[in-house]
Amino acid sequence: MTDSDYKQLAVDMLAQAKKKGATEADVVIADGENFSVQVRLSTVDRLTKAREKRLGLRVFFGKRSASAATSDFSSDSLERVVADTCSLASAVAEDEVSGLPAENLLARDQPDLDLYDQATLSTEQQIDLARRAEAAALAEDSRITNSEGADFNSSAGRVVLGNSHGFLGEYRSSNFSVSVSPVASEPGGGMQRDSWYAVQRKFARLASPESVGREAAKRTVRRLGARKITTRKAPVVFDQEMAASLLGNLCSAASGYSLYKGTSFLIGQLGKKLAPDFVTVYDDGRMAGGLGSRPFDGEGLATRKTMVVERGVLTSFLLDSYSGRKLGLASTGNASRGIGENPSVGPTNFYLVPGTVSPTEIIRSVREGLYVTELIGFGVNMVTGDYSRGAAGFWIENGELAYPVEEITIAGNLTTMFADIESVGNDLEFRGRIASPTLKIREMTIAGN
Amino acid sequence: MTIPDQVTDLALFGFSDQAVRRALGKVKVGEVDYADLYFESRQSESVSMEEGIVKRAVKNLSQGVGVRATAGEKTGFAYSDELTPRDLEIAADAARYIASSPHSGAPVPATHRERPVRDLYPIEPSVADIATSERVDLLNLIDAEARRYDPRIKNVMASFNHEYKRIVVATTEGLVVGDVQPLSRLQVTCIAEENGNRQIGTFGGGGRVGFAFYREEDRYRHYTREAARQAILNLSAVEAPAGVMPVVLAGGWPGILLHEAIGHGLEADFNRRKTSAFTNLIGKRVASEVCTIVDDGTLALRRGSLNMDDEGTPTSRTVLIERGMLKGYITDRLNARLMGIPLTGNGRREDFQSIPLPRMTNTFMLAGESDPQDIIRSVKRGLYAVSFGGGQVDITNGKFVFSASEAYLIEDGVVTRPVKGATLIGSGPEILTKVSMVGHDLKLDEGIGTCGKDGQSVPVGVGLPTIRIDEITVGGTQG
Repeated sequence: MTDSDYKQLAVDMLAQAKKKGATEADVVIADGENFSVQVRLSTVDRLTKAREKRLGLRVFFGKRSASAATSDFSSDSLERVVADTCSLASAVAEDEVSGLPAENLLARDQPDLDLYDQATLSTEQQIDLARRAEAAALAEDSRITNSEGADFNSSAGRVVLGNSHGFLGEYRSSNFSVSVSPVASEPGGGMQRDSWYAVQRKFARLASPESVGREAAKRTVRRLGARKITTRKAPVVFDQEMAASLLGNLCSAASGYSLYKGTSFLIGQLGKKLAPDFVTVYDDGRMAGGLGSRPFDGEGLATRKTMVVERGVLTSFLLDSYSGRKLGLASTGNASRGIGENPSVGPTNFYLVPGTVSPTEIIRSVREGLYVTELIGFGVNMVTGDYSRGAAGFWIENGELAYPVEEITIAGNLTTMFADIESVGNDLEFRGRIASPTLKIREMTIAGN
Repeated sequence: MTIPDQVTDLALFGFSDQAVRRALGKVKVGEVDYADLYFESRQSESVSMEEGIVKRAVKNLSQGVGVRATAGEKTGFAYSDELTPRDLEIAADAARYIASSPHSGAPVPATHRERPVRDLYPIEPSVADIATSERVDLLNLIDAEARRYDPRIKNVMASFNHEYKRIVVATTEGLVVGDVQPLSRLQVTCIAEENGNRQIGTFGGGGRVGFAFYREEDRYRHYTREAARQAILNLSAVEAPAGVMPVVLAGGWPGILLHEAIGHGLEADFNRRKTSAFTNLIGKRVASEVCTIVDDGTLALRRGSLNMDDEGTPTSRTVLIERGMLKGYITDRLNARLMGIPLTGNGRREDFQSIPLPRMTNTFMLAGESDPQDIIRSVKRGLYAVSFGGGQVDITNGKFVFSASEAYLIEDGVVTRPVKGATLIGSGPEILTKVSMVGHDLKLDEGIGTCGKDGQSVPVGVGLPTIRIDEITVGGTQG
C-alpha cells in the first residue's frame, strides 16, 4: 500500500469504530522492511530478509477503553479487530482520567527530523560490510582466536497515526547498524568475549566497519587475565555504556506510570536536589537524526526538549496524557505506543549533558577504585532504588588501569549514587536513545572474594 | 482428548500441500541441504488491574510464515505476514545467498503428515477463550484479597495474559506436522508502605493451562498472599551482606541458578562454535556427585513444555549432568546435524519472525537425600534465598548472576532476619562443584519464567530441591 492508502485506512478504521459507538479512538499503522546478515569466521552464517506490517486500534466508550492489533489487513480481519476492541472495552471498568489528549494539544507541525535514508544497499554490499568488520577484529590481535560473528542490519519503515480529533500524521525512519563480538583465548584455557557496535539513521554517518571491528577486538583482549578482588568500598567509574545504563534507571523511575503506581524511588522528589550542580539531564525528541527522535509521540502530541534534571534538581517527569492527568501535570510528549500494547511512556533522546574532564582525567583522579565496563543481571529495585549488579571491568591503582577484574558485584542505592556523582566526562556519544558521558561515583560496595 | 487432525491443516493459512511443495522447491537450491516453512497464527489477550479497577484490556492477533534454508553452517531466512509470490521471491533470494548456486536442488518429496506423539496440554479453544468479564472478576478478587492481607498494602497490580498459538511446520523432507499451544499467566504485584518506607512484592504462576487452573486449589489467592507477604516482609529487611559465604537456596524458582549457570552454556550452538565455557567438557566433572540435572520438555501442563519443538521434533528429557558429570547438550536440527549428536527437541523460536535456536524447556535438579532443615542447620553464617528476580550469564567466560528478591540471614544454623535483595555472582563450570547437600524436596517453579536469547523470548520452567552451596559471592552492601 502507498502512504495515502495507509492514511485512508486509518481514517476508515476510525469511522468504523465511531459507527460501533466509540466516543473516541486512535489508530496506529506501521510497516517496514528489514535485512540482517551475520558473518562468522568470514562466512555468511545467517541472512534474513523480511517485510512486516501491523495495525493497532484503541477505542473509548466514554471512560472505558481497550486496544487490539493485527497483522492481517484484509477487510474481514479489520472488521473483526474493530468488533473485538469494542467488546473488550465494554468489559473493563470506567477510568475517570482516560481519554485522548485534548484537541488543542495535538502536534501542528511535523518537521522533517532527518530520520530517513533513501540509500538502498545491495545484499552483497551488506555482507561485505559485516565481513570487513569481523576481519578487522580478527586481524587486530593474535589472541583473538574465535568469533561470535559480525552483524550488519538495515531497516526502514513508516508510522501512520490518526485519531478521532482529526489528527493524521506520518513519518518514515531508517536504521543501519554494525556490531562485532570477537572471542579471545586465555593462555591457560578459558575465554573472554566482548563486543562493539555502531548505529545510525543514515548509512553515510555510520562508523567504518573496520573501526568497529578494531574497537571490539581491543575491548575483548583487554579482559584477558581478569581476576576477582576482595570485598571493599571504593569509588566506581562507569564507562559511557554503563553510565547510559545507570541513566536508563533514572529514566524508568521518571516515567509517569512508575510514579502514580508507586513503583519509583523518585516519588516526592520533584523540585528536589537529586545530584550535584554539574548534573543536567534532557530528553530531546527533536534532535536531528536522533535514534529516539520522532515528530510526534504515540498520541499525536508534538515531541519536544524537556529538562528532566536542571543543575542537580529534578525538574520534570516523562509523561503522556494519562499519567500526566493522574499526577496533575501536562504531558511532556513522551507517549510510547507499541502496537498491540498498552500505551506507556518512553524516552526520546535521553542524555546527561557532558562535563569538561576527559575519561582519562577521571580515571587519573582515582587512587584505588573500579572502572566498570560491563554490568549483568537485573538487580535494580526501582521502588527503593536498591542496586546490586554483577560487574566486570578494571581495577584502578594510582590513576591507571592496573588489571581486569570479573565475578564481582557493585551495590548501593540509586538515590545515594546520583547524589554521589563526583565527575561527569566530556565524552557524550549517542549510540541509542539513552546516552551518558563517563561518570564517577564517590563510593559503592564491591563484593568479591 | 487427542490432538485433532486439523493441527496439520494448511488450509487455515490459506495453503495447499502443492503450494507448500512449490515454495520449498523454490528455496531448495544449490547446496541447500534442508529447508522448512513455519506457519504461525497467534491470538493473545491481556487484562490488567491497578488502583482497584480493571482499566485495560488488549488483544493481539498475528499470523505469518518463516521460510528457512540451511546449507552447512549457513542459514538463509525470510519472514512475512503473508506468503505472496513476492514474499516467496524474497525468501528464495535469501536462500540463494547461502547456497552458492541458484540451480534447483533435489526435488522435495511428497508430504506426509504426522501428529505430535504427546498431548501435554489438552485444552479446548472454547475453554481458553473465557469471557473477559470472568477474568475481570478474578482480578477484582485479587485486589480485595491483597488489601485484606494487611492494611499496609497500598497498591495492588495484577494482570492475566493468555495466548493460543497454532503452528504448522513443513519441511523439505516431506514432513508436515503441527501443534496447538495454549499458554497463560497470572501475575500479582503489591506495594506496601509504612512510615515512608515503600516495598514491593511480586508473585505469580501459570502454564499451558486454562483459566480454571487459577481458581482451582485457590491458586489466585495463594499468588496474592505471597505477593503481599513479600512486600510486608521487605518493610523490615536489613542491608544484605557482601562477600563470599555459604548460601542455601530454597526449592522451586531458585532453580534459575541452573538455567543461568549451566543451561545456556550447554546449548549446542555455543558449543559447536566453541564459544561456551563448557566447550569440550563432555564426560568431565562439572558438579559435585549429588547433582543430577535434566532438561525435560515432556511434563504435562508446564510453561516450558511442548508436544514438539518449533522444528517439529518431539520434545524429550535430556540428562545434562549425571552425578556431577557433564552428559550432553540440548540441540536443534542445524547444530545436531553439524555436531553429529542426537536431536533433543529443543529447537525453539519466539515466533515466525525469528529463526530456531537450541533453547531450554523445563530445567531442574533431581531430588537428593538431605532433609531441608538439616541443610539450613549446617550453615553457621550465610544466606537463605527463597525467591529471585531475573538472571543473566556471559556464556563465554561462564560468569552468571541471579538476584534474590526474598532472602534471610542464617546465623548459627537458624534463619533469622530478612535482608534486602542482592545479586549473587559465580562461575558456571565451578559453582555446582560447591553444592554439598541436596534436599529431598524437589519443587518446580510456579510457571512464570521467560528466557531471552538473541533477542528472542520463550517461556521456560525451572526447578530445584533445597540445596547448599558452600561458597558464592553475595553482592550486598554490608562488607
